[in-house]
Amino acid sequence: MKIQAKVATASSATARILGAAALSLITLFILFSLIRPASAMEIKQVKSPGGIEAWLVESRQVPLLALRFAFVGGSTQDPEGKAGVANFMSAMLDEGAGDLDSATFQERMEDIAMRMSFEDSRDTFYGSMETLSENRDAAVELLKLALTKPRFDQDAVDRIRRQLMANLAYEAKSPDRLASRTWYETAFKGHAYGVSPTGDEKSISAITRDDLEAYRKSNFAKSNLKVVAVGDIDEAALGKLLDEVFGALPEKADLAPVAEVEPVKGNGYNVVEMDVPQSVAMFGMGGLKRKDPDFMAGFVLNHILGGGGFSAILMEEVREKRGLAYSVYSYLSPMDHSSIYLGSVATKNESIAESLEIIRKELTRIAKDGVSEDDLKNAKSYLTGSYALRFDTNTKIASQLLGILVEDMGIDYVTTRNAQVEALTVDDLKKAAARFLKPDDMIVVVVGKPNGLKGL
Amino acid sequence: MRKTGIRRFPHVVATLLLSLMITATQTHSAAFAEDSKARASSFTLDNGLEVIVVPDTRAPVVTHMVWYRVGAADEPKGASGIAHFLEHLMFKSTEKIAIGEFSKIVARMGGQDNAFTSQDATAYFQRIAKDRLADVMAMEADRMVNLRLTEKEVLTERDVILEERRSRTDNNPGAILTEQMDAALYYSHPYGTPVIGWSHEIASLDQHDAIDFYKLFYAPNNAILVVAGDVTVDEVRRLAQETYGKIPANNKMKLKRERPQEPPHLVARRLTLNDPRAGKASMHRFYLAPSYVTAAKGEAEALDVMMKILASGSTSRFYKKLVVEKQLASSAGGWYYGDGYDSGKVSMYAVAADGVGLPEIEAEIDGLIADIARDGVTEAELKRAKSSLTAEYIYGIDSQSTMARRYGWAAVVGQSASDVESWPDDINAVSAEQVKAAAAKTLQLTRSVTGYLVPEAAVPTAQRAHDMKPADKG
Repeated sequence: MKIQAKVATASSATARILGAAALSLITLFILFSLIRPASAMEIKQVKSPGGIEAWLVESRQVPLLALRFAFVGGSTQDPEGKAGVANFMSAMLDEGAGDLDSATFQERMEDIAMRMSFEDSRDTFYGSMETLSENRDAAVELLKLALTKPRFDQDAVDRIRRQLMANLAYEAKSPDRLASRTWYETAFKGHAYGVSPTGDEKSISAITRDDLEAYRKSNFAKSNLKVVAVGDIDEAALGKLLDEVFGALPEKADLAPVAEVEPVKGNGYNVVEMDVPQSVAMFGMGGLKRKDPDFMAGFVLNHILGGGGFSAILMEEVREKRGLAYSVYSYLSPMDHSSIYLGSVATKNESIAESLEIIRKELTRIAKDGVSEDDLKNAKSYLTGSYALRFDTNTKIASQLLGILVEDMGIDYVTTRNAQVEALTVDDLKKAAARFLKPDDMIVVVVGKPNGLKGL
Repeated sequence: MRKTGIRRFPHVVATLLLSLMITATQTHSAAFAEDSKARASSFTLDNGLEVIVVPDTRAPVVTHMVWYRVGAADEPKGASGIAHFLEHLMFKSTEKIAIGEFSKIVARMGGQDNAFTSQDATAYFQRIAKDRLADVMAMEADRMVNLRLTEKEVLTERDVILEERRSRTDNNPGAILTEQMDAALYYSHPYGTPVIGWSHEIASLDQHDAIDFYKLFYAPNNAILVVAGDVTVDEVRRLAQETYGKIPANNKMKLKRERPQEPPHLVARRLTLNDPRAGKASMHRFYLAPSYVTAAKGEAEALDVMMKILASGSTSRFYKKLVVEKQLASSAGGWYYGDGYDSGKVSMYAVAADGVGLPEIEAEIDGLIADIARDGVTEAELKRAKSSLTAEYIYGIDSQSTMARRYGWAAVVGQSASDVESWPDDINAVSAEQVKAAAAKTLQLTRSVTGYLVPEAAVPTAQRAHDMKPADKG
């Protein structure tokens, strides 16, 4: 992401009310992106002359190329005391490279109508490049420079640091962000997953250009690279592009091992006092990992419980029947070394206790009784029928396929996924529920001035 | 070309498309001549429904939207929020659709649906497999005139909207300041009232307000149908005739939008919001501006170009001066909102670096504004800005939803498909002289509101001290 978008200041949030509201759901949609469908599109496996592999979907109708790639590692690779390095890096790669200083690099990108952005998650560092076909060579050159010769000039490092600090100040006062941050800190205390990818004031102050360079050298390598290309390019040209951009990277990433971990068991409400009219709660517990045989059943179970917009049980009970909230949802979020089931609700301080009680009751009921045949049938018809909607633009196809690559689900996932959904039974969902849906273990973080909630 | 609106349910995909920062060049305009021209076809049914078809055969899916030429700015005085409230209530029931079933039926067909309301438009849409288009057209046509409401579901939904307002605005000091600045920017025009409505007015709305508003504005002769995706014009024409075509026009409808217009603005306005919940101190400014609808030819395009050069992105003058060179701000930016029916707006902001006072930042911004109004822009800046803006258009062609929104929005404010398709050429035609003239004319303090957001509690006045209640004991 460009820094202006990534560093949500108080003011950019006011300029983009929609964007700010929607950001809270991004994780949900990223999750969906792992669970994608099939269509008539052909996915080719490409291997460059230099041995770099990628998936390609050729699409000649619009003269654009979308390239998405990932380096497995993410913010878990931030060194001790330097939390936020990966995030810092995601804002620094287009801040000058090779002979081009920051301003020149940015102007060059605009001159060739190129889009380039980077973003980190706990497990992965993502990159994205889009270009018009006719400017492809120039765009490739800039992307290569960004990945292999970023300058990390001191003035640019300090400038981005100020933006990251402003972002932290905003995050500290944003009920949603603070609730999420606190939830992970609580669930994964003592583990890399418990450390916020955005770091804190102390760690961001401590990060130097050497830290950025060290992260780049150890994390950007061929062994942990995944690449997808969609658009106006053929196999031979893509092979050449892959070697050009990634060919100079080291063979093997030098990643710090990350221990497998389960979230701690919760035992009450963790209240963070903030003087706002509406409390924001995050609730969650352990989930199922992506390659768990019960994952798909868990995914569909969540769709019925909290993932499926107006069809979901939590939406029905909290919003539609009682008018307690605008937004209430949950999602199953597998990570490389753990997995969680996480949800959120926002409601006025007077109603948060009631809303959380309803959620707990529904979770308990579903854990005990499972879902109905009708619920499952409806969920299947949505999940299988809507699957083509995830593949209707070049950029969406690229994101979906990269998700499948990163999760190592195999190239045929796109064609077999709907059958996996169709094959599920209510008993499968019940079994999955027994594996993770444990309301007594729920960690609940509430930010606001909740009435009638007892803190820890 | 930014759209503002609020929707029934947060939906990230479309939103991100609207908020992405984009970069580009103009060298591509020739190569894209094919793609940027004449993608849409339009026709009108006998009952007045305007229809726009945007073919995109890459995937077997369609985006089906119905836009009404009504928004928050058309609400009766004192009933703010009713346009958006009605948008939520449109998902309740008709004789054919049971309470709350609309979205569930769409989901069972493998589709996604949502809706949004802005000052000038209310739109409903589904994204679905193409073989389901006829079904969603029938459902959408049904609720155009057959909505049923009961008191209980209306009051429950009103609570949802009050929660939505808390999430969007009351929990967010930046949003509160924006709302107050808009209220100060417009003396008479309803754009000064928030789309979601003022809390106390939302709290007084009921089903009669909703039904009255519905009967007044929802009819085929006040609507636009947009279908983008794997369809032909003939298919859409036939399906539209069979569904929407059966609804008679409402001949009593007042089709001309007549809203109170602004008197001359003679005094600069200033506001300060002290709120400990703000992150860093920030300075914001709005200017009243013409919109694409109200501007003289080329003027709105010049404002888009001007704001790109002055304030948008890290190649802008704001960023270079305030963030890079003088380090007064950690971020700074600005945009031109040219999509309004009656008025546009220029918006800018800067977040103060630690230890820097807002007046110092404001003085620097005023200096940059004076520069551009006096000396204009360079040819290099002009070229780059045009590239960026026209590329935004071209990248949007990849997205069916973006295309549907583009054409729908234009139609709802009275513009044509060819206005949409000629936009890149119109941007490329802007001269440096026009940019300078637009800056000098628009960026006048007498037509502005300046807002400070200060992350400390204000010193309590005697009045406030008097109002204070004992602290909560929990």
